[in-house]
Amino acid sequence: MTGRVVVDRELCKGCGLCVSFCPREVLELASEVNSKGYRIARSRHPENCTGCAICALVCPDIAIMVWQSKDSKEAM
Amino acid sequence: MAQSIGEQSMGLMKGNEAIAEAAIRAGCRAYFGYPITPQNEIPEYMAKHLPKVGGVFLQAESELAAINMVYGAGGAGVHVMTSSSSPGISLKQEGLSYIACAEVPCVVVNMMRSGPGLGGILPAQGDYFQATKGGGHGDYHLLVLAPSTIQEAVDLTYEAFDLARRYRNPVMILGDGLLGQMMESVTLPQPKAPLPKPPWATTGCGDGEPRVINSLYIQGDVMEERTKRIFAKYAKMKQNEIRFENYKTDGAKIILAAYGSTARIAKTAVDKARTRGIKVGLFRPISLYPFPYDELSEVATEAKAVLTVEMSMGQMVEDVRLAVEGRCPVRFYGRSGGIVPTPQEILQQIQAIWSHIA
Amino acid sequence: MKQVTGRPTALTDKPFHYCPGCTHGIIHRLVAEALEEDNLRGKAIGIASVGCSVFAYDYFNCDMQQAAHGRAPAVATGIKRAWPDSFVFTYQGDGDLASIGIAETIHAASRGENITVIFVNNSVYGMTGGQMAPTTLVGQKSTTTPSGRDATLHGYPLPVCEMLQVLPGVAYLARVSVSSPAKIRAAKRAIKRAFAAQLRGIGFGLVEILSSCPTNWHLDPVKALEFVDNQMAAQFPLQVFRDFE
Repeated sequence: MTGRVVVDRELCKGCGLCVSFCPREVLELASEVNSKGYRIARSRHPENCTGCAICALVCPDIAIMVWQSKDSKEAM
Repeated sequence: MAQSIGEQSMGLMKGNEAIAEAAIRAGCRAYFGYPITPQNEIPEYMAKHLPKVGGVFLQAESELAAINMVYGAGGAGVHVMTSSSSPGISLKQEGLSYIACAEVPCVVVNMMRSGPGLGGILPAQGDYFQATKGGGHGDYHLLVLAPSTIQEAVDLTYEAFDLARRYRNPVMILGDGLLGQMMESVTLPQPKAPLPKPPWATTGCGDGEPRVINSLYIQGDVMEERTKRIFAKYAKMKQNEIRFENYKTDGAKIILAAYGSTARIAKTAVDKARTRGIKVGLFRPISLYPFPYDELSEVATEAKAVLTVEMSMGQMVEDVRLAVEGRCPVRFYGRSGGIVPTPQEILQQIQAIWSHIA
Repeated sequence: MKQVTGRPTALTDKPFHYCPGCTHGIIHRLVAEALEEDNLRGKAIGIASVGCSVFAYDYFNCDMQQAAHGRAPAVATGIKRAWPDSFVFTYQGDGDLASIGIAETIHAASRGENITVIFVNNSVYGMTGGQMAPTTLVGQKSTTTPSGRDATLHGYPLPVCEMLQVLPGVAYLARVSVSSPAKIRAAKRAIKRAFAAQLRGIGFGLVEILSSCPTNWHLDPVKALEFVDNQMAAQFPLQVFRDFE
């Protein structure tokens, strides 16, 4: 299972919930900020992502889109 | 016992019940109320007869809850009504401010009782300011109609639902315990179906655009736009909805000003005074908002004195003074506490004034 | 690659104004997903209350009415009684529902109104800046309990679900939380269950959702969810109080 995460730059408020709850520590808060001055969450280790979408589940602002593919390529 | 005269269109009816029957015939299909004397027969009558026409009757946990149920049902496009007496109407003031701002049609009946405070259950007119100057917060008004007979109460209630829908604003029928409790013969209007559901009503938007009933406008310019839009309606009310009655005012040197039940008593006093050669007439406002300032001003041009009579410590008298604008003295005579003045008392006031000016 | 997320159609495109990490946003999404999945958006009328979620009528993409503080259950009653086949839900905070609106809450439940109440409990008045609410915990600081809530002065936290569960008119009653992925999924199930109760016309449904308020709790969003898990859930245990077959 492999996945891909895209965080909407302007919707993200840098709350950090996705970073905290991601079981594979894929995400981090970038030092870069959006127009409102919030640090934006982004994939630091995209290779670890399994597309489980927990980040999207806990995101209070529907700022995270997740894709998942069932192909056998190991995510590790 | 809430009795109805069924399909019959003529009969002897108690004021409260006649108002309820008129509302049903006007197409009222939802009523939310709460017990309080002296208007109890209205919810009782609705409980018995509204369901027969497929209408909704619900006794709420408080008058405050009731007006918010009215807000909901009115916002969902139903002809809706509530009724109460003075203390209960006070509990509805916040709701009425929301309803006026959100432009939701509804009919509110106040059968006034003596106050302030818990007061009493006797008839009074101490809610005039609350009704006409706005008892809730912010810039808004109710269209306030004050019947003085049960027939007039029926006719005004019958009209009130269409007026509420036309202006998308609450319409208040301002009566009192006397009018509510006494019985008179009435001719009842033909039952009519409620107006169709308006496009702005929230009944589920299907695939269309969602509708919103709302009174929150956090930006100043948007809120100002809103109040201007509401006040444009009040300007139209001033053109189309002013109602009054001139009774023996031709050539009158003294003009009495009185509304509702008090006006009936004043008429008797006018008749008695006329037999004694006193040139007196009665100006009776029926629409209390919009108030007939110009009409009163016109009828008072020849007058030497105006006497306002109310069952209160004097509230409408302030509007009478505004109308007369100092051209002649404006006297006041009032009884409060629920005491209903007698024709004799008013006649004595007239005679006292006449002795000065004649 | 298949997209496994998306913005529910029962939400408008308007971004939420809520503070970073505030779980109102999660709850809005759950309610919207439930409306969408049960195909209710077109017949739904939502009642926004007064508090942080007062702008809910900008976020839910269905007919909405904004109610006076505490009166949403009465407004909902008026609508549902007038149009029984509509689907009516209220969205209220703890100040709105448990303080000024407690009478409307109890009587709507006692009458068994066929409406669904989404009750977001974050233990403070959020929009007005963090004052004590009926559900503020004993010892919890707020701007009106600066040295912590003292039961002898400010009374005890109000257990709304425990109070309502004795009312026969209640068809579905549950307290859930959104403080972890698993709990968020459970919260959604509870919301859908409450919706099902309304659709079957079997009475009043209420879902109390423990929610965070990072700004007024002076906690970062992650620690705020821990506060929900530990302190709040201790006072307000998560439980299904009333269900139906």
